[in-house]
Amino acid sequence: MINLELAKKHRDTLEQTMMLAEHMMRPYSRKYDKEEHTYPKEMEQAVELISAGRSEAMGGGRKKDAPAGTVVNGGNMGAVVGLFGLCWGDVGLFLGMPGSGLGNAAINAVGTPEQVKKYGGSYAAMCITEPGTGSDSANISTTAVLDGDEWVLNGEKIFVTDGDRADTLVVWATLDKSLGKAAIKSFIVEKGTPGCEVTRLEHKMGIRASDTAAISFSDCRIPRQNLLGTEEVATDAEGRKKAFGGVMQTFDNPRPPVAAMAIGVSRAALDLARELLRAEGVELTFERKPINLSALEAELARMEAQWNAARLLVLKAAWMADNKQPNSLEASMCKAKAGRVGNDITLRCVALCQSLGYSEQHLLEKFARDSKILDIFEGTQQIQQLIVARRVLGKSSSELK
Amino acid sequence: MTEAAQDLLFDLTLSDEQRMNRDTMQRFAAQEMRDLAPAVDLGGADVGSFLPRSAELGLTLLPIPEALGGAGMQRSPVSNALIHEDLAHGDLGLALGAVAPLGFVNTLLDQGTDAQKEALLPRFCSGEFLAATTALQEPRATFEPTEPRATATPSGEGFVLNGSKCMVPLGMEAELVLVIAQLQDTGPAAFIVQGTPEGMQRSAEENMGLKGAQLATLQFDEVQVPADALLGGGAFNLQRFLDLSRIGICALAVGACQAVLDYVVPYCNEREAFGEPISNRQSVAFMIADIAIELESMRLMTWRAAALAERGEDFHEQAYLAKQFCAEYAMKIGTDGVQLLGGHGYTREHPVELWYRHLRAIDTLEGVAAA
Ligand SMILES: Cc1cc2nc3c(=O)[nH]c(=O)nc-3n(C[C@H](O)[C@H](O)[C@H](O)COP(=O)(O)OP(=O)(O)OC[C@H]3O[C@@H](n4cnc5c(N)ncnc54)[C@H](O)[C@@H]3O)c2cc1C
Repeated sequence: MINLELAKKHRDTLEQTMMLAEHMMRPYSRKYDKEEHTYPKEMEQAVELISAGRSEAMGGGRKKDAPAGTVVNGGNMGAVVGLFGLCWGDVGLFLGMPGSGLGNAAINAVGTPEQVKKYGGSYAAMCITEPGTGSDSANISTTAVLDGDEWVLNGEKIFVTDGDRADTLVVWATLDKSLGKAAIKSFIVEKGTPGCEVTRLEHKMGIRASDTAAISFSDCRIPRQNLLGTEEVATDAEGRKKAFGGVMQTFDNPRPPVAAMAIGVSRAALDLARELLRAEGVELTFERKPINLSALEAELARMEAQWNAARLLVLKAAWMADNKQPNSLEASMCKAKAGRVGNDITLRCVALCQSLGYSEQHLLEKFARDSKILDIFEGTQQIQQLIVARRVLGKSSSELK
Repeated sequence: MTEAAQDLLFDLTLSDEQRMNRDTMQRFAAQEMRDLAPAVDLGGADVGSFLPRSAELGLTLLPIPEALGGAGMQRSPVSNALIHEDLAHGDLGLALGAVAPLGFVNTLLDQGTDAQKEALLPRFCSGEFLAATTALQEPRATFEPTEPRATATPSGEGFVLNGSKCMVPLGMEAELVLVIAQLQDTGPAAFIVQGTPEGMQRSAEENMGLKGAQLATLQFDEVQVPADALLGGGAFNLQRFLDLSRIGICALAVGACQAVLDYVVPYCNEREAFGEPISNRQSVAFMIADIAIELESMRLMTWRAAALAERGEDFHEQAYLAKQFCAEYAMKIGTDGVQLLGGHGYTREHPVELWYRHLRAIDTLEGVAAA
């Protein structure tokens, strides 16, 4: 039955995460924005609360599969809703929290039971991007060579979120660059392994509470069983496609969550802007037709509409994942829409509140800086449009580049 | 809210009945509307024969109680939105005319007295098309639907109507017109006007598009109507009416924009320039990706408002935002549809030219469809 409201348990999730965000994140928002690269230790307590809440919601154990034909509002929906709340609080602090890492998602998605047991709960960061390649992630140059019972990694990774604080790294490397995508594999590297070294931390526009590291690998040796997925390099076209699909699997999945972060931070900006404008007597009442409103009210109404649109696309993508429907198109749709809407809303809110928007006295300017990254990482706006366009037009990546 | 409502899950699954109904509507739209639309637009084809055929769909029959001769299905804003969407995929103008009687019936069911329902609803159950419509819009640049300026003044046993209404679907023919006016000392009210009483003048409009809806301007000059013409016998919940109507209009926009997307995809894949399909270029392909993304947003916002309305929950804000969003992107998608075909899109050889003109109206339309 058509219903686009959140289920009770997810309304509760939203309320609880927003409460936690308000009391345990917001008080530190400015502090860690100023003290870039300082580890936000206060967040450890928030993480404990979140993981306690999560296991309670899961009923303490593994959920049984729902009988066929019944609708599920499960972990994917719960995750995006939780992110609405936490990133309404502070997207930078959220990204700086242990366990929020993309590496965890990758290990849990494709790891063997042993790998999941050993590393699933660690603080895992994801190393794909290199100085020479970002969007074109199939073009990486870091190499992995099997030597006896060990893989030897060589190369340089940049922009690794939480790369400095993480205990574990998931590293993309190629077994043979001449074989293209099929030879790209991901490897689990424990921090502290000789040959693996953090060489730099970026100074950034926003999400400063989250460290962004450059990491080099020189003759870094890891155990053979730390490869995620299969060692084999597919030789036929079908197999090659599938193999890279496996690595990319870690990617389809994080798109709705990153889109959800944009929903959270832009909600925060809208709430604050509406509060500041209300103090000046500007109130959005949804009464008169938008075209008959004042410019300020009309702008607020337009942003509310955009925000709602993006939010629904995120929920749809999560709902499809919960119900085992392939959602790669919808995941990219929601990332594209939420990414740009998030940027647009947070920036417009700065403008609408004039000097109060631009001042560090309030958080509007920080929301705008923080939200910018959400339209860049996990696939830029243009990369999402590319994916959507290829799907809608039925084109291959060689036809539509 | 009941316990059951609280436990509802987020869900986008249509019921089997909704799916079957969609098949019927989509078939009708493809067979009876799409090809007729350009001729109607040029004034060369008769809408008169189309409307009786649309009666086959039984749109007005469905929600009317069995006791009054109808099928007695619960009024469903979600199913109604799907009907609007699917018919507009055929042609937005023709769809607007075809759903006008349904809007009238729905408003009567929603806000009419029992006596009014008993008197009028059986007339919609004969299987013949009965032209009925709603008159809200007024010819003024700053028209505000929540503040109509047409007036109604108590007089003798009934009321006297004055004012001017425009963009009224089926306005020339409608035997029943629901006229929204300010009732003196009361506020907005709705009056059922039957036939063409003295002082009421109908004139056909020429507009940018929407010819298939047969829009007309209705002039009321000291028009006397009986006491029982007052819908519901008292105040009219104009906001609720507007919101339900907004859902219908949004759904029409969704259907028409889906038609644009369905048209530009094969066109751009086949059309070549500089040695390859134009859709191999990002500025073309990304425009199409954005149509797909915004269209999906329009649909979800419309469905959300409809589902809330269906469950009797507050849906005002969602209907308002859906209308705001759909108005903006209806125009954008209409424009991009033309752009994607270049000069060919500007000619009447392709329907995108017509759809552009239709879609410009979504922003302006109010009160013409009630989901
Ligand atoms: C703060 C931060 C955190 C990050 N965290 C991580 C992380 O944890 N792990 C990780 O591996 N990476 C991470 N990244 C890297 C991020 O994913 C990349 O920056 C992003 O994918 C874009 O790659 P690029 O910077 O090399 O840009 P480029 O690929 O060089 O792109 C530059 C511009 O060209 C456009 N473009 C590129 N290709 C196309 C095309 N085919 N069609 C149209 N336009 C195109 C892009 O949209 C962009 O606008 C992070 C980056 C930042 C800034």
